[in-house]
Amino acid sequence: MSVTQSARSASGRVSAYEVVHASREFQSLRRHFGEFVVPVTVLFLGWYFLYVLCAAFAPGFMSTRLFGEVNVGLCLGLSQFVVTFVVTAWYLRWGRRKFDSQSERLRGRLEEGRTR
Amino acid sequence: MTGHSAVQAGHFGTAPGVRALASGTVGDPAVNIAIFAFFVIVTLVIVVTAAGTNKSTSDYYAGGRNFTGWQNGIAIGGDYLSAASFLGIAGLIALYGYDGFLYSIGFLVGWLLVLLLVAAPLRNTGRYTTADVFDLRLRNTKVRAAAALATLIISLFYLLAQMAGAGSLVSLLLGVSGTAGQAIVVAVVGAAMLSYVLIGGMKGTTWVQIIKAAILGIGTVIITLWVMARSGFNFSGLLARAAGASPAGKAVLGPGLLYGGSTTAHFNFISLSLALVLGTAGLPHLIMRLYTVPNAREARRSVVWTIWLVGIFYVCTLVLGFGAMWLVGGKTILAAPGKGDSAVPLLAYKLGGTLLMGGVAAVAFATILAVVAGLTITASASFAHDVYAGVFRRGEADPRAEVRVARLTAVVIGIIAVIGGIVARNVDVAFLVSLAFAVAASANLPTILYSLFWKRFTARGALWSIYGGLIISVGLIIFSPVISGSPGGSSPSLITDPHINFAFFPLENPGIVAIPLAFFLGWLGSVTDREQSDHARFARIQVRALTGVGAERSSRG
Repeated sequence: MSVTQSARSASGRVSAYEVVHASREFQSLRRHFGEFVVPVTVLFLGWYFLYVLCAAFAPGFMSTRLFGEVNVGLCLGLSQFVVTFVVTAWYLRWGRRKFDSQSERLRGRLEEGRTR
Repeated sequence: MTGHSAVQAGHFGTAPGVRALASGTVGDPAVNIAIFAFFVIVTLVIVVTAAGTNKSTSDYYAGGRNFTGWQNGIAIGGDYLSAASFLGIAGLIALYGYDGFLYSIGFLVGWLLVLLLVAAPLRNTGRYTTADVFDLRLRNTKVRAAAALATLIISLFYLLAQMAGAGSLVSLLLGVSGTAGQAIVVAVVGAAMLSYVLIGGMKGTTWVQIIKAAILGIGTVIITLWVMARSGFNFSGLLARAAGASPAGKAVLGPGLLYGGSTTAHFNFISLSLALVLGTAGLPHLIMRLYTVPNAREARRSVVWTIWLVGIFYVCTLVLGFGAMWLVGGKTILAAPGKGDSAVPLLAYKLGGTLLMGGVAAVAFATILAVVAGLTITASASFAHDVYAGVFRRGEADPRAEVRVARLTAVVIGIIAVIGGIVARNVDVAFLVSLAFAVAASANLPTILYSLFWKRFTARGALWSIYGGLIISVGLIIFSPVISGSPGGSSPSLITDPHINFAFFPLENPGIVAIPLAFFLGWLGSVTDREQSDHARFARIQVRALTGVGAERSSRG
């Protein structure tokens, strides 16, 4: 594993974990994690707070009837459930396809290095 | 609770005729007691069987880490769907319509934060408690003590809410109305809970949660389908009938009945919504459940199971709530002991008579019993593992002594819970739980996220954030209309004398102030710290969090 940048702890020594942390493989794993988790979190929290703000400050809009007695507010509320289920499924797919294999490969290498 | 009382006064007023009807019991107490006793006996047998193999601290705290993802997912659902969810939310919807629905949504969406940011990293970096994670990052005894204190306070808040629910249920379901009689029943609930914890440890408690989640889910689906059948499986028709039965009319279908009308009410709503969505990821009794599975992958799978279970359940609360509004009616609910919390039992009685009511009573008690057991084991583990072994013994305690301390702590907490349940009746349960969420989001969440993801985080930042979050959130609750008597006089706060008014803080939920401040304090304490953050520790926690190297294995190896 190559050290791509100098990683020095406060004491000046470089620990094994710091070497791994600075490695290209780990930085790429970390980037993948951030690239998925950060935008998705912003998205679902944004959608949630949009609903909250509408309920607080636009009750008229929320009470607009769409079909029968079902109004905008109920649909926005139920859409939160849909978003939660979709994000959950999306996260699982992302883990299966992108993150897990990369993470496990790195763990395998690290554990091998430990026992040696 | 200014919002609640305003609506009560405006739309319902008093109903003397109904009061007479509801202050007696509904259904047959003997049936209720029989079904509940049956549940306790069956679960105790299972707990005793499951406990046979309990030996180590890992067995007591984490059930040997041998549960599978779906088992633990259902158990987490059992832990999470407390009396607040089953009785509280449906009651709020039954009384105030749409505004009660926020609880369902916030309680669910918060799980995404657990799934994406917390579940796998915490499983990878901790052993039993959040303090373990902070210790890996900061290695500081003061931080461990602070984290343990936060866990204890959050769990006690949550516990109080559950026992308050038990107290009000007793008079409705078991026909015990005198203070002494109620105290005895609450004490019996406490004793049953303690035997789960003491005999079964985490393993036994987990099985109780799984059984409880299953019967809670089945019960909820049955009543939901029943209500839908009564309204011809027409959701819009159900809404129309509910609105027709409410004195507020169609206003119940839109926002504003509970959290509308004034700027204070709007900010109450926003503050609550913040606490609900950010609190879940900081609840110690849920985090501790992540350690009952063999690895991070199973922890993640658990959370996915929980999200499905909890999501379907909360959709049902909408039908339960509006169903109770239609079939039972606000006046009857408000006149019953426990007010909103009695909506679902009363609905069950209306639908299926004595037997369904007995079933619901058993589900409700099982729920409280199981959640209280989960909270007790968490609080006792935190005290024994973090305070006794981590702080007093500097990490060198004899494991057997540690478990002994945990058991002793559990007994103390059980006694506190029983006393709390007797004192804090008549406060609505969903609302009390929301306060626990606010404290969790302030005192726990910032330090969890900073420990895992922020390079410059230091022990000083953690202390500022934990103590700051605790002091601000709890302080604001104390000086809010929730505790203080209010000039209006009718608010169901803890102090009912309207002349004792020390509500300096106008909001019922401290979230909007306490959560951002706790995050800010964590940042400020770190950047002004003369001691630099230890980069080696940051590198270690990140590598472990994302890859799972060095994570605690299951006891089967």
